[in-house]
Amino acid sequence: MDYISINNLSKTFQGSERSVPALLDINLSLSRGEFVCLLGPSGCGKSTLLNSIAGFIQPSAGEIIVDGKPVREPGPERGVVFQEYAIFPWMTVARNIAFGLEIKGTPANEIRDRVDTLLETLGLKEFRDRYPKDLSGGMRQRVAIARLLAIDSPVMLMDEPFGALDALTRRTLQDELLRIWQESRKTILFVTHSIEESLYLANRIVVMTYRPGTIKRNQVVDMPHPRDPSGAEFNELKRELGLLVMEEQERHTSDEMKAL
Amino acid sequence: MSAGLKSLLRGIAMPVLVLVLWEATCRAGLVSPIMLPSPSAIVIKWVEWLRSGELLLDVLGSLGRVTGGFLLGAGLALPLGLFMGSSPRIYEYFNPIVQVLRPIPPIAWIPMSILWFGLGNPPAIFLISLGAFFPVLMNTIAGVQNVDGIYLRAARNLGAGRSTMFRRVILPAATPYILAGIRIGIGTAFIVVIVSEMIAVNNGLGYRILEAREFMWSDKIIAGMITIGLLGLAIDQVMNALNNYLLRWHRGMDN
Repeated sequence: MDYISINNLSKTFQGSERSVPALLDINLSLSRGEFVCLLGPSGCGKSTLLNSIAGFIQPSAGEIIVDGKPVREPGPERGVVFQEYAIFPWMTVARNIAFGLEIKGTPANEIRDRVDTLLETLGLKEFRDRYPKDLSGGMRQRVAIARLLAIDSPVMLMDEPFGALDALTRRTLQDELLRIWQESRKTILFVTHSIEESLYLANRIVVMTYRPGTIKRNQVVDMPHPRDPSGAEFNELKRELGLLVMEEQERHTSDEMKAL
Repeated sequence: MSAGLKSLLRGIAMPVLVLVLWEATCRAGLVSPIMLPSPSAIVIKWVEWLRSGELLLDVLGSLGRVTGGFLLGAGLALPLGLFMGSSPRIYEYFNPIVQVLRPIPPIAWIPMSILWFGLGNPPAIFLISLGAFFPVLMNTIAGVQNVDGIYLRAARNLGAGRSTMFRRVILPAATPYILAGIRIGIGTAFIVVIVSEMIAVNNGLGYRILEAREFMWSDKIIAGMITIGLLGLAIDQVMNALNNYLLRWHRGMDN
């Protein structure tokens, strides 16, 4: 049975002058433990789709079922790693990671052990009592990931989490995420506009169209991890997906020209 | 010579020059000691005032009023600001009254406060708390209204309920604004305490410098003014330290 199923989902944003159709009749299912990337140019509704699953956005039509229950509001079983750095600047790294557990009322000694383990896993040990302002972008996203691992969200919704990082940090975090995913078998939905990133990570890539967002291609990627971005199969798929994404990017560009 | 020492010497040079010229002018008899007493006379007067024990009482009197009035004003403004900032409905109820009362300077409340509270500490405390109330209120409202939505969403995503959201997200996120309001509020309270002491009470630094004028003790007036300045500086330093401690996580107001 599908772990996440999105049925006939549409979302239209009502502006004062015009309404923008962000998503149109999306049907998509994820099995437990899948790593799916949503790929597309900006404006294709991929973040809207992710935020709908997170429960931050109410769809105009259709429904989302996660683990048998319809999504109505945000909840810790669908953890989000945001594009911006959304860890709390007034809490130390350790407090940030502990926050979700404290809400749940987990006993203090259990929280401490769990936080210690996660600090270790994500290479954050030296930053335990530091505040986010002292951390680089990559370290902050590690904390954001650790915060979700702490509450053990079975679903991780990631909205271009590595978009602001430099290429090397990005690769390190991608490898780390893959390791975590392989160990924990979480269901991950990962939004990106980087074809290479999606090919490096996902077992399935969902390419979306530009406005209204629909599903253009549902591409299974069955190369084993770790993948070689310079390999032949990788690049063949990259070329193919590149053409698809560029078609949508061109629609985006011509739309912007029209708006001028 | 080290850079630190040089900068210290530069900082001292001007005040020393001013003091020397001032003293020389007075000693040469160019101005009457009532119009401008010499620095040495002021120091002598200040020491005499200190030794009599009166200075300490005056300082404590003023400080006590500032503290009491400030705690009352800020203590009412903070919860009201939190409610007004987080609930549009409460904001709609209270905002018109706040907007009308806010521009009235605390000083303008003096006649009514004397009618209501008579003389002595009560009207002084009332005026000081008014001075502290509005800056703290306005900044608390702004602080709560400006909490970045991403933190609210992240907290909801982690399962935070209303009270956790308030205590652990909204309040800390609004702290930079609230502390800025508290600094302005305490500054206003300090101005108002001096004025209110000139009117309603018979001790405190404000009362003392006005009393000294009756006797033409200009050395004591200036000694009192300098004490007021030093006290204001001390309050500001304490606030600064508190600010730095509470905002140790913060990059600075520009962020």
